[in-house]
Amino acid sequence: MSALISTAVERRPAAIDISRPVLYGFAAVLIVLIVLPMSWLLVYSVTDRTGALTLDNFFRLFSESAFLDPLIATFIIATSSSFFCCAVAAPMGWLVARTDMPVGGVIRVLVTASFVTPPFLGAIAWELLAAPNSGLLNKIFRAVTGAPQEESLFNIYSLGGIIFVVSCYTFPYVFVLVANALDRTPGELEDASSILGGKRWYTARRITIPLVLPALLAGALVAFLQAMTLFGSPAILALPAGFHTMTTKIWSLFQYPPKPELAAAAALPLLLLTIFLLRAEHMILGRRGYSVVGGKYGAPRLIALGRWRWPALALCLVVLLNPVFLPYAALFNAAFAPVASHFLTFSNFTLHNIEFVLFELSATKLALRNTVILGTTTATIGTVLALVIAYVTARKAVPGYRMLGFLATAPIAIPGIVLGVGLFLSYTRPPFILYGTLWILLIAFLTISLPSAYQQLQAAFRNIHPELEDASRILGATRLQALRQITAPLLRTSVIATWCFVFVGVMRELSAAIILFTSETKVISVLIFDLNESGDLGAISVIGIAMLVITFAVVILVNRIPGFGVVGAGRLRT
Amino acid sequence: MRKPTFSRRDLLKGTGALAAGAAFSTRVSAAATPASAITPALIEAAKKEGKVIYYTSVDLPLAEKVAKSFEAKYPGIAVRVERTGAERVFQRISQEYGSNIHAVDVVNSSDAAHFIVWKRQGFLAPYVSEDVAKFYPAEHKDVDGQFASFRVWLCIIGYNTDLVKAEQAPKSFADLLDPKWVGKIVKAHPGYSGTIMTATFQMQRDIGWDYFEKLAQQKIMQVQSSADPPKKLALGERAVMADGNEYNMFQLKEAGRHVEIVYPTEGSPLIIGPNAIFKAAPNPNAARLFNSYCFSPEAQQLIVDTGGLRSMHPSTKEKAGRTPFKSIKVMKDDAAAVEKLSEEIKTRYTKIFKV
Repeated sequence: MSALISTAVERRPAAIDISRPVLYGFAAVLIVLIVLPMSWLLVYSVTDRTGALTLDNFFRLFSESAFLDPLIATFIIATSSSFFCCAVAAPMGWLVARTDMPVGGVIRVLVTASFVTPPFLGAIAWELLAAPNSGLLNKIFRAVTGAPQEESLFNIYSLGGIIFVVSCYTFPYVFVLVANALDRTPGELEDASSILGGKRWYTARRITIPLVLPALLAGALVAFLQAMTLFGSPAILALPAGFHTMTTKIWSLFQYPPKPELAAAAALPLLLLTIFLLRAEHMILGRRGYSVVGGKYGAPRLIALGRWRWPALALCLVVLLNPVFLPYAALFNAAFAPVASHFLTFSNFTLHNIEFVLFELSATKLALRNTVILGTTTATIGTVLALVIAYVTARKAVPGYRMLGFLATAPIAIPGIVLGVGLFLSYTRPPFILYGTLWILLIAFLTISLPSAYQQLQAAFRNIHPELEDASRILGATRLQALRQITAPLLRTSVIATWCFVFVGVMRELSAAIILFTSETKVISVLIFDLNESGDLGAISVIGIAMLVITFAVVILVNRIPGFGVVGAGRLRT
Repeated sequence: MRKPTFSRRDLLKGTGALAAGAAFSTRVSAAATPASAITPALIEAAKKEGKVIYYTSVDLPLAEKVAKSFEAKYPGIAVRVERTGAERVFQRISQEYGSNIHAVDVVNSSDAAHFIVWKRQGFLAPYVSEDVAKFYPAEHKDVDGQFASFRVWLCIIGYNTDLVKAEQAPKSFADLLDPKWVGKIVKAHPGYSGTIMTATFQMQRDIGWDYFEKLAQQKIMQVQSSADPPKKLALGERAVMADGNEYNMFQLKEAGRHVEIVYPTEGSPLIIGPNAIFKAAPNPNAARLFNSYCFSPEAQQLIVDTGGLRSMHPSTKEKAGRTPFKSIKVMKDDAAAVEKLSEEIKTRYTKIFKV
């Protein structure tokens, strides 16, 4: 044994440890990815057409109502969506994680289904359901109550409608955070409270709620940021309602003649607000990470709901009607009905839309191909990138690892459309002329998905003790070998989950793609957006359903790769 | 992924200098614009290229029908349709050309003013098909042979017959200002649609901005494409459309949807949608073949019969049951004026309608 070690040690100088250069390479890549577009954004926002320094762009931004009104609308939408998401997701997360409510696993899967649904597709589905006159729900309402044609129960083309739809597809973020936090909450603390005479409600108030409060706060913030930076849903619903949000305004500044300097200036408040909120979260939460206190705790105690078990389940299902059941029913209806607003019957069933999408629409194949290529490459490269950075920061492998971790998290502060503008400004000029290729979209999607991939994998690394790697390194392996041979296999479940998460994220992404696509590099989300503008709802429904099927197929397929474990689909962690 | 093509410097050299265009073309002389026939050599060369990229603003299903009929006639040449609103097509091309990306072969836009700009920028290749040379009226083709009117139609009022009785339907733009239409009108956007840009120009000239300011008080539903208001009527989402494509209304009406056309008494804005080939087209031969096909009696009759468009090819026949083009009072088109005013129109419209 000692001979073996000594030969290994002797051999060591020969095997050059390339980990440092590789890690510095990663740092350089990250800097280019993030710093370059942000710098151009800044430069554009403070210069005029001739390149002279000016603050005029910001002056216009804050003096013209064309910019101020969208800012206010965005703030209202983000605040209220965040509130509603928490109000719905927190009780649901508790029911699923901490009570004996039946089929909690199914509820988790259904929440995942609403997460997988792109928000713009959800918005279109809700147009079909709740447009004031042609919406299916309003039609049912009139048929049941005999109300006149002028009356409607819902109007999706309104501020309230947008808040509702945005909440539908943002609440999974809060749900997952809260449910995961509750899953990890140690049961002993609650037991202790009960033993000392605390009643159930008292225990909940003094023990459970404080323990999940950080997760809830983080959820509220994520929901706010998502709602603020969302592009698809407002673009589909706000314009018919007659107003702009910040994201749709930025996008409209790219219409002919494009005003990139104003778009850059309009993007900066979004960026600054995001950074400010993230700092605020950090300050409020501080070191309050109760739930990760070590030691071996028992599984959390499930609360017996008694006769409330089934009503609780019914409540969850009613909530899930909104993001999942109703929208998909509406899309299915529109895919096969002759007119999207007519109810499907056996006599009016038609395959016209399927035929059109598959055999006539010449953009389908290209967009599908681009989307799948981008989805798989982004997921693969993104996971590898996140894996390496998470390793370095978790093991403190190189000096300056903190900086690397910061760089990997930084894009979370960059809304998709802002990134799109920044990348457009950066990569339409030398030395990197990438606009018009899939590369620019790959960079955009990588940057967008990096923070969440990094956070998931970093959490995974914390659970694996470094002693295994140390053993490998003592036996002569370089860092990279140890990483590949020891750590990677132990991480495979998390890696697969991260891969799927990034893949789904690419399928959902519209806000950066809408700025960066060209006819050759169109993706499905942009195709759907185009079809919506000319009102081809039947075709959208077919593509939307196909997109969902592809997403699920890929996620299932990846989970079935031999040698990899099956992850709980409902436990995607943000 | 990008096609190898001319450098930006090559393009700049060519800008404005029509004669330089000859340097770019191979088979067909571009300097003069004699009629070009569809020769076996052209078909052969086009087949070698195998595809043609068609940027258009015509309603997508119709664009795909034209594409499919071309593919049936010339097997082995695939048409890829890139459909979006005319103003978006224009923005897309300027953004792509600004980045030296030459993806478009043939373009069709519902804003005829765009062709004036492209021609001035030296982007277009002169090409006159035999049909255009022989049959098309002079006012529907460019003097330098760079574009010609592929399609003509009107921007009109319409209503849903389930929601509005014929005798109560609006007869004029002025009728739309009646308080009874509050919250019941759908309207498309000139920042997206070339049809609406052209129509807004003609209407502000003939009936004034005052009309739009009053219309904005009617709580209209704002959509983007001029193909969308007819579809919103068919859905039953709104009772009346303040503007939209006549050709979509023909299609929907003839498919049995409950919609009806109104030609406003003030006159219907006349919209012209030319076709042109780009000088830097990646598939120049397929582009010429496709463009020739677009102006053939066969394709023109197709866009009339199934598309509901009007054709300037004298050999086409109007479909029975449709109001003959000659009998409709139309507003006068003026692409040159639209080109000068388009920026102002977009700004003013956004101010009035808030989006």
